[in-house]
Amino acid sequence: MDFLRPAGWREALAAKAEHPTAVPIAGGTDVMVEINFDHRRPDVLLDLNRVAELTEWEVGERTVRLGAGVPYTRIIEELRTELPGLALASHTVGSPQIRNRGTVGGNLGAASPAGDSHPALLAAGAEVEVESVRGTRMIPVEEFYTGVKRNALEPDELIRAVHIQKAEGPQQFSKVGTRNAMVIAVCAFAVALHPRTRTVRTGIGSAAPTPIRARAAEDFLNAALADGGFWDSGAIITPSVARQFAELCAGACNPIDDVRGSAAYRRHAVSVMARRTLGWTWQAYREGNGRTVQCA
Amino acid sequence: MRVNFTVNGRPQQADDVWEGESLLYVLRERMGLPGSKNACEQGECGSCTVRLDNVPVCACLVAAGQAEGRDVVTVEGLAEFAERRDATAPGGPEQGSGTGLDEARRWQPGPGGSTPLAPVQQAFIDAGAVQCGFCTPGLLVAADELLERNPEPSDADIREALSGNLCRCTGYEKILDAVRLAAARTGEEG
Repeated sequence: MDFLRPAGWREALAAKAEHPTAVPIAGGTDVMVEINFDHRRPDVLLDLNRVAELTEWEVGERTVRLGAGVPYTRIIEELRTELPGLALASHTVGSPQIRNRGTVGGNLGAASPAGDSHPALLAAGAEVEVESVRGTRMIPVEEFYTGVKRNALEPDELIRAVHIQKAEGPQQFSKVGTRNAMVIAVCAFAVALHPRTRTVRTGIGSAAPTPIRARAAEDFLNAALADGGFWDSGAIITPSVARQFAELCAGACNPIDDVRGSAAYRRHAVSVMARRTLGWTWQAYREGNGRTVQCA
Repeated sequence: MRVNFTVNGRPQQADDVWEGESLLYVLRERMGLPGSKNACEQGECGSCTVRLDNVPVCACLVAAGQAEGRDVVTVEGLAEFAERRDATAPGGPEQGSGTGLDEARRWQPGPGGSTPLAPVQQAFIDAGAVQCGFCTPGLLVAADELLERNPEPSDADIREALSGNLCRCTGYEKILDAVRLAAARTGEEG
């Protein structure tokens, strides 16, 4: 096995071009587990810890460009205003030790349907900036997940950053598991209100082969909120509308039975989380604080 | 591959390290420091918790090569680390000499030990927070870092900071007592 330690981003891209089978390692919280258990023996490990650019972020007008190597702890502590949904999701990742090392770039690279950051990225709206020596591509996050633990990266590409829309309304994240720490999601749900475009977006984790948006549910709710004048009146969302939204979210799922939960349970739990998180975010919108309720 | 890094304040070198090896393996098998425990090897249990450039991490999930040029503190160096921190806190220039490998390997518990215990270690003993002792090193490193960051933690703060460390003996109550005790003692001194 080779261990490559590029000192900067250009050097990392050159190394990945020369060794397309190299496995990038940042926090190590996924890759090292696979190596420790002999599930994976990469011929080359590409250590990205020394690439300083990856641990930086830039807050722009409409988006945050989040370096692929920013640990969850930094997102929780320093980006909860701009990225409240992602900060809530980050707080449910593993344990303090894991959050100190794990990164959103790693979550995207692993592309597990259970990755905690995915639903929040889908709901907020995000694009993945990937790069190789051939150039840069911007991939909408919806198109980045291509299958169970598969993503749209070419063999010579690395994830440079994620461009995430800054919150312009309340966001929420909810996750089902057996305890409050060290839980791989049985299923997870994120919702973000976008008052500027008068739309609601969703993200579902661990309930289909890839993280997904519940598009039919979004379309239904967007139409119902527009028709009823809810964005202007700030009225409570009619229970039948919330119920229909929740059922459509459950309908978007394509879950499996496994050790963490049954498919039927996952569908049911997604509908409950959808109804609750919509209620919490809409309440925050009505109260006009425009930001996220802190409980999850 | 060769790895050069600082362990408990002293420069160390490990040779013939396999590229897929974890920092935990290097510490235990190559440095002879078995304080950090090897249990789940997947970041679930926290028993291998060390400080890497001051940040608490699971040593089992750090590739050895990622520790090159970095600063590692294990439970073996915790007492000296805490002492140095307390000495430098008010602005004193005093710099400890670190904990050598031989010294760490010879260390014996009990009142006759050469290095006094860190406040959090003494509190674990006094509160009866140690039973089989396997989870203790990881908990000590995590609890010490909590108190460094937050000298007066609430119960919720303590639970959150220790949420990545599993203990199957104590039921955690006495561990919580120990952290409260260490915080209270530090508060009295200050």
